Amino acid sequence: MLHVGNLDVWFGLPPAQLVAVKGASFDVARGESFGLVGESGSGKSTILRAITGLIDTWSGDIRVAGEAVTGSRRDRTFHKRVQMVFQDPYASLHPRHSVDRVLSETLHLQGMTDIDSRITRLLEQVGLGRGFRFRYPHQLSGGQRQRVAIARALAAEPELLLLDEPTSALDVSVQAEILNLLADLRRERGLTYVMVSHDLAVVGHMCDRLAVMRGGELVEIMSADQLRAHQAQADYTSDLIGASIGYERA
Amino acid sequence: MSDHLISVRNLRVSFPTRSGRFEAVRGVSFDLGRERLGVVGESGSGKSMTGRAILGLVRPPGQVTADRLELDGDNLLNLPERRMRRIRGGRISMVMQDPKFSLNPVMTVGRQIIEAWRQHNRASRAEARQKALEMLAAVQIRDPERVFDAYPHEVSGGMGQRIMIAMMLAPDPEVLIADEPTSALDVSVRTEVLHIMDRLVRDRGMGLIFISHDLNLVSQFCDRVLIMYAGRIVEELAARDLHRARHPYTQGLLNSLPRLDQRVERLAVLQRQDSWREAEILPPPPGGL
Repeated sequence: MLHVGNLDVWFGLPPAQLVAVKGASFDVARGESFGLVGESGSGKSTILRAITGLIDTWSGDIRVAGEAVTGSRRDRTFHKRVQMVFQDPYASLHPRHSVDRVLSETLHLQGMTDIDSRITRLLEQVGLGRGFRFRYPHQLSGGQRQRVAIARALAAEPELLLLDEPTSALDVSVQAEILNLLADLRRERGLTYVMVSHDLAVVGHMCDRLAVMRGGELVEIMSADQLRAHQAQADYTSDLIGASIGYERA
Repeated sequence: MSDHLISVRNLRVSFPTRSGRFEAVRGVSFDLGRERLGVVGESGSGKSMTGRAILGLVRPPGQVTADRLELDGDNLLNLPERRMRRIRGGRISMVMQDPKFSLNPVMTVGRQIIEAWRQHNRASRAEARQKALEMLAAVQIRDPERVFDAYPHEVSGGMGQRIMIAMMLAPDPEVLIADEPTSALDVSVRTEVLHIMDRLVRDRGMGLIFISHDLNLVSQFCDRVLIMYAGRIVEELAARDLHRARHPYTQGLLNSLPRLDQRVERLAVLQRQDSWREAEILPPPPGGL
């Protein structure tokens, strides 16, 4: 479904150039859920942004369903196939657009018909119900906003969802609801996920395989089972797992 | 005199809204000794407001009332601002969540530490500088001289938080209130910052109030945990007994966490009950504490 080969992403020009991603390569199969974990500045979100065309300073090979993409231009078929959910539901929804407008705009852009019934269906799929249709973001909680953002991403009926820290701004009990929703949607619709998170437990729960990143490089790719069994190849991954498990008194 | 550093009875914090007064904290009572006390809850549970009320940081029109709010037997409630300022930073300090927002961006690190310390101590410039360098070394900053002259944007998040801790501990307070001190930090840095805080608090015999949303972290780091829900304490536990929590809210929070050690098909979702808002506070299980 997704192929990333030898991806470099950089910001700025030499000598002040920052190479944010160095030679990243991975493949994600159709229907798979793939995680990218690492600490801040490791380049995990940058990879997603290069895939969607939010960054054009990259080189390498990015293919979605076999089709190569270039630069930052993406055509309509790309956006129909790939959608993204962002970290902060407080920032990613227009504060003066109602839920109805957010969704109908997306549906129009995708050239969909019978928009009215689609909106009702989308809201039901993300567990909000039609009562939320004419609300504005400030009338919604963080978890409800993230559900709207997920509905917007689903509106295009994509095959691949890019999830950038979708629950890190939420309380743990709300996080559980959103993670369950994402898992259900993937099962029902055969979606492919690429999920970025700093939280190993979240990625271990949601993904089949994951890549550990550090300083722009892929340290290793492992399965969720290997993660749970603490079978890391790289020392860095072991340290990360150790630190994630908790705090041990000195 | 009492054995308690801080003693709170029936603390209430409320704010006027268009539909009447909203109570963010509704009758919280606890005592703090020379221990690490964790306060856990979700956003809106009143945990941060409790910390701010102790420090007199709730601004009007917010209103704080309590039957008792004492530091070492001295009343803290509704003190004149002048007297509160002497206590705040001097006898009780606070470390906030994000060093990016709590450090002054246009002042060097060293000057900020000196400023904080000289609020509470008379000393010459040279002495103050010496003290600031000592504090930077105490939070394990390898090159204190360089960091002393650096501006906050020139240091990393983890180092920024260590600088905050250095600044807060310089006047030797009796109590440290840490409000989500590691939530903005990466896990590897988090461990380091916690170690430093742990050691300093223990060596100086301070009381620590550790406010956090992270149940597991608190249970590993603290001695005793208070769990807050909707402005009230719903359960008190010895940290090591967290897995024996009896309140359905505490249990629900624990169960909703994804786990690193085993596969869970579906995360448990918390079903909130109205009765939790008013229910009796559950004391620690027998044999606990």
